[in-house]
Amino acid sequence: MSTDTMTSRRQFLKITSIAGGGMLIGFSFSGDASAATPDDAAFTPNAYIKIAADGTVTLIAPNPEIGQGVKTSLPLIIAEELCIDWKKMKVEVAPLSDKYGRQATGGSGAVRGRFEPLRKVGAIGRQILINAASQTWNVPAEECYAENSFIIHKPSSKKLSYGELAAKAATLPVPTDAPLKDPKDFKIIGTRIKDVDIDKIVTGKPLYGIDTRREGMMFAMVARQPAFGKKIKSFNDADALKVIGVKKVVQVKNSVAVVATSTWAAKKGREALHIEWEDAAKLESTSDHDNSYKEMLSKKAPSTARNDGDVDAAMTGAEKLLDVTYETPMVSHCQMEPLNFFADVRDGKAELYGPTQVPDSLRAQVAKELSLKPENISIGMPRQGGGFGRKLQPDNGVEAALISAAAGCPVQVQWTREDDMQNDFYRTSAMFRYKAGFNKEGLLAWHQSSASLGRGTNADTYPAGAIKNFRSESQGLTSNIATGPWRAPTHNILAFAAESFMDEVSQELKKDPIAYRLELLEKAKSEPVGKLSYEPEKFKSVINLVAEISNWGKPLPKDTYRGFATWYSFNTYVAQVVELKMISGKPKIQKVYCAVNCGRVVNLSGAENQMQGAVVDGIGHAMFGKLTFNKGAVIETNFDRYNFLRMRDTPLDVIVKFVPSEAPPTGLGEPGFPPVGPALANALFAATGKRYRKMPFEA
Amino acid sequence: MANYKLSINNKIVSVEADPATPLLWVLRDNLNLVGSKYGCGIAQCGACTVHLEGSPIRSCQFPVSAVEKNKIVTIEGLSANGQHPVQQAWADLDVAQCGYCQSGQIMAAAALLKKKPNPTDEDIDLAMSNICRCGTQVRIRKAIHLAAKKGGTK
Repeated sequence: MSTDTMTSRRQFLKITSIAGGGMLIGFSFSGDASAATPDDAAFTPNAYIKIAADGTVTLIAPNPEIGQGVKTSLPLIIAEELCIDWKKMKVEVAPLSDKYGRQATGGSGAVRGRFEPLRKVGAIGRQILINAASQTWNVPAEECYAENSFIIHKPSSKKLSYGELAAKAATLPVPTDAPLKDPKDFKIIGTRIKDVDIDKIVTGKPLYGIDTRREGMMFAMVARQPAFGKKIKSFNDADALKVIGVKKVVQVKNSVAVVATSTWAAKKGREALHIEWEDAAKLESTSDHDNSYKEMLSKKAPSTARNDGDVDAAMTGAEKLLDVTYETPMVSHCQMEPLNFFADVRDGKAELYGPTQVPDSLRAQVAKELSLKPENISIGMPRQGGGFGRKLQPDNGVEAALISAAAGCPVQVQWTREDDMQNDFYRTSAMFRYKAGFNKEGLLAWHQSSASLGRGTNADTYPAGAIKNFRSESQGLTSNIATGPWRAPTHNILAFAAESFMDEVSQELKKDPIAYRLELLEKAKSEPVGKLSYEPEKFKSVINLVAEISNWGKPLPKDTYRGFATWYSFNTYVAQVVELKMISGKPKIQKVYCAVNCGRVVNLSGAENQMQGAVVDGIGHAMFGKLTFNKGAVIETNFDRYNFLRMRDTPLDVIVKFVPSEAPPTGLGEPGFPPVGPALANALFAATGKRYRKMPFEA
Repeated sequence: MANYKLSINNKIVSVEADPATPLLWVLRDNLNLVGSKYGCGIAQCGACTVHLEGSPIRSCQFPVSAVEKNKIVTIEGLSANGQHPVQQAWADLDVAQCGYCQSGQIMAAAALLKKKPNPTDEDIDLAMSNICRCGTQVRIRKAIHLAAKKGGTK
């Protein structure tokens, strides 16, 4: 690599020539220019576009893929502006070398916020190549354009490939002005692009953390707390060490790790440990939580998330009151790849490789725990077998580093499914109380209240702003059972209560559930009550679209019933219709119609897949998912007791349509989840006349 | 510990293992065939599905000592270069999200099509009990029908 690096102070882009006549464009993959220091010398790119002399274009970026398609959708944004043949583009995850600099944080599918910056990177790359061609031919740059990895001189039709131009381009200054394409001319964005790893996935190539194999690596299994609130009093490892293959037993914090030559030996060794646990804190049970929630909801909440008009006065003057309670259980993340992490800690350095979305906080914690310099800790992120929020916690990586340091060898720590279930940061359970007051004119007041573990379920969301007297309050219960983000945090349970109640209210008013939502949103638009946290027009766009694609209001076949719900989260609007058929008294979901307003769609295949997946996942958790604690211990420790949706429970089809939009792309991994639970509950009510107010429905 | 001669992907291999070791861990740890995945260890999720004499088995609950002379095929041996109609259909329809469970799903689907070249939706409901948290079942169902159309029994 040559040293004639040129850096643009304004673009945070570095162009370097590479041996053999290619060029390397380094940039900040986070798309956040402020993340890079404006001091040129200190700016270290964390992503590169490599254009080799043979014309191969490779994107090297630290983008962990956890299943929302970012490893595909982010590169294709660059490819679009760079005008390259997508099929010839390679995407590589940044290797663990220091020269690749700072690791990107997150990876939560944030196409939002990166769309424009990544387009710009591609556009600048294109402009440098145009400039190189224009100098080579001695023609004005304006007469040249890029197409399919070639720069073409329009008047003469002369062309040069990117590979031929790369060496020269690497010597040119970074252009300060590079026009973005007119979206009308997009060739890749908005089309169906397959996952870049699909061929490796279908042939079983090593891609995941669990597939890590290194010279001299040992396998470890860890005995962790059997219940929240338990602490190690003493342990005896004599029998464990007798198991063939077991090499070492080390205590790490409140756990004991067995290090062995194979996963199976480590597991056998762990089973042979004798550990005495003692109670260090209250051992909580699900029934304790539920009793506390009831108590909390029977009293006035100490504070409100939103309070419009005078709810109490309106309720007092109401002719009719609706007062109902909804419940949602604790659930586990259940990402299909049980947690694991590889760690090699020695000589003041640590190499960590495994599933995480928070490498920066992992690095900080390992540095602190092991007194290592952060620059001596490298973290690599493979493709990840699902996340759903679990990998926002760095515990698996920190634990592996401590075990490697204590055992003095490289280790792959493998969690069993039972380990995952007992040591999760769960979606909290919650109880919701919803009240509405009516008189002859209609709805007078809406009062929603929730109780859950942790901070409580904040709720200044739709339908706030559409109802004159509206109050939302939430209360949190302190617990030693760990809770944390889980697909579509807060919205995942709040929407169930809110949109089920909305269905009950529209039934009370004898109004069509879709017509009634549109009426409320029209009110929110024309005479908003307070500040709106959503845009009524965008909300209406998805409701109208789903009504259209589902032929809402038209007669249905025999024994067929429908339910509707809508929700806004992560800047994306979604409306869904669940259609089910009663077969011998049992509901079978036939179809789900789903309309989405997420701004511009980047990858149609990926976007549709995310929505279909969220719908199926939402149905599974509405129907089956439930975790119960008994004295701090999980009862449903594996999939024999923790019911999970199977093929027979999934809709035959999920029809997804996107509202055409020129707006920047918004989130897609999560917003499809919240509305499907209530849409299903509402369909079950239509079919059976019974309200399903407690998840899971098949308890 | 004992020595086993196993037929894996049409090759005879020799492994040294505790007789109770599940075939899954022999494949992954001894033979470095990591395409079969660990998901639950109790034969519930199907991420570890391989073929034993053409039938799908959950290798996480199948002791290596019980394999004997039966022929095992894993995702790595389903086809030479991913050309099996089921693999092709999976790629054509861009089925995967995180992708972790898909090798097990593909093995279950390939075994189904071998038995029933033109499966109905009910056949698919019965045969495909694998778990996928990403919720790719809608595309999995379509991919099975597509593979059947293209001759999935190959």
